[in-house]
Amino acid sequence: MADFMQQVVAGLASGSIYASLALALVLIHRATGVINFAQGEMATLSTYVAWALMTNHGWSYWPAFVATLVISFFGGAVVHQAVIRPNEKGSVLRVVIVTIGLLLFINGLIILIWGGEIRAMESPFPTRTIEIAGVAISIQDIGTIGVVLATVVALWLLFQYTKVGLAMRAAAVNPAEARLVGVRVTWMLTFGWGLAALLGAVAGMLAAPSLFLDPNLMAALLIYAFASAVLGGIDSPIGAVVGGLILGVGLNLIGTYVDFVGADLRLPVALAVILVVLLVKPSGLFGRTEVKRV
Amino acid sequence: MSALLELEGVEARYGQVQALRGITLQVPEGAIVAVLGANGAGKTTTLRAVSGTVRRSGTITFDGKPLRGGPEAVARAGIAHVPEGRGTFTDLTVTENLRLGAYTRRERNLQADIERIAHWFPWIPERRHQQAGTLSGGEQQMLAVARALMAKPRLLMLDEPSLGLAPMIVREIFRIVKELNEQDGLTVLVVEQDARLALDTASHAYVLEVGRVAVAGSSADLERNESVRRSYLGY
Repeated sequence: MADFMQQVVAGLASGSIYASLALALVLIHRATGVINFAQGEMATLSTYVAWALMTNHGWSYWPAFVATLVISFFGGAVVHQAVIRPNEKGSVLRVVIVTIGLLLFINGLIILIWGGEIRAMESPFPTRTIEIAGVAISIQDIGTIGVVLATVVALWLLFQYTKVGLAMRAAAVNPAEARLVGVRVTWMLTFGWGLAALLGAVAGMLAAPSLFLDPNLMAALLIYAFASAVLGGIDSPIGAVVGGLILGVGLNLIGTYVDFVGADLRLPVALAVILVVLLVKPSGLFGRTEVKRV
Repeated sequence: MSALLELEGVEARYGQVQALRGITLQVPEGAIVAVLGANGAGKTTTLRAVSGTVRRSGTITFDGKPLRGGPEAVARAGIAHVPEGRGTFTDLTVTENLRLGAYTRRERNLQADIERIAHWFPWIPERRHQQAGTLSGGEQQMLAVARALMAKPRLLMLDEPSLGLAPMIVREIFRIVKELNEQDGLTVLVVEQDARLALDTASHAYVLEVGRVAVAGSSADLERNESVRRSYLGY
């Protein structure tokens, strides 16, 4: 039982990382109907920035973390204005292809600047465990869950209670109408890309200490994030978070208790989740089936 | 009375189709002006040309200044456009819709404004947490008007507020618009299929035909006009 609980907490920790990246994908998809395939690479780039601040400039983890969030936010906004916006007038497919190009570009850029080798990234949390009700739980897991939860709550408050948050939601659900009340929709999208980049950076910086940092850090995580987003409903922010947590716990339990899956077959299981959800309930757990009024 | 809104030779097109072929009209400050006409005459496009949701040419003057730019800029200039088919954010709550209505204003505390709105739409406060999409058609149309009022606009543009609504609700909406005009001095430009209702409410009207102004005048004159009566009033 104690072992089971440990696996659940570890699953929640990796699940919260999926949730963070999934939320980034959902934010952009909701607003523009586009899946940003470069979301993972953008997060990797952010993580390298944090790593460089720590390794080359002697920053400690948290100042580097915060600085990276700010840099990522503006980076995401610049990507939208410079790369995405000029292509937005075209089809959705065109933008999607542009994001794939962006993925390759950022990946190349990372290798160009930092090389391809695997690097160790300092963890902000001790690797010790503490005992809660007889269950040994890693402090790192709790910290990871806490940071993601704090981010999600902050984001929820932004969307629920601030003027800019409300305007972003309006711009996402009904851009034409939003413009009529005076919302500058394009800037809201830019802001959304900034927030998505920030969420990706959170995921990357929390994942890197245990996964090690290399140019393909987020490749597998992006698949898990897709699975989480699809599971929760690709347009539902709550769905992305719940989907991420379910996937994290589920994969961890399957990996531990189902022998033939082990650690190696988790990725195929995530892909199977995508496939099954799309076949059985394409709107996911929290998504709504779109009904078009005629 | 000076004209708050003035259109001169305004043209607009959707791709190859020319929807407006030189519209000239005036909306005096404090008046209700109606735009009538058959389907496809360019009524909706006229409003869209003003709010900048369609590409237009010609001169549009608002409050003595040329009106340019997209809908965001027009909203900031003080024009609230309630588009055809309920202008509400159905996914958002009633309060959120009202907050968005006041988006262009700096005012942070909107309580007084919501109370002002409640004077016209008494049902709104008790339904404030409800999702707009779950309101009835008439309530959504009223919410759309209420949302527009939250902007404290100089000019309210209504596009077919009667569309798909029961006659009783339609009369209620027009009664409120008329009262807003009489008591608050709100200037209104309204597009309406129901010509009789529109002429009863408005002081002036323009009848459009294939993108041009065919007849214009005071509502009383138009009601007496033979061709207007036959084509739009049905007697």
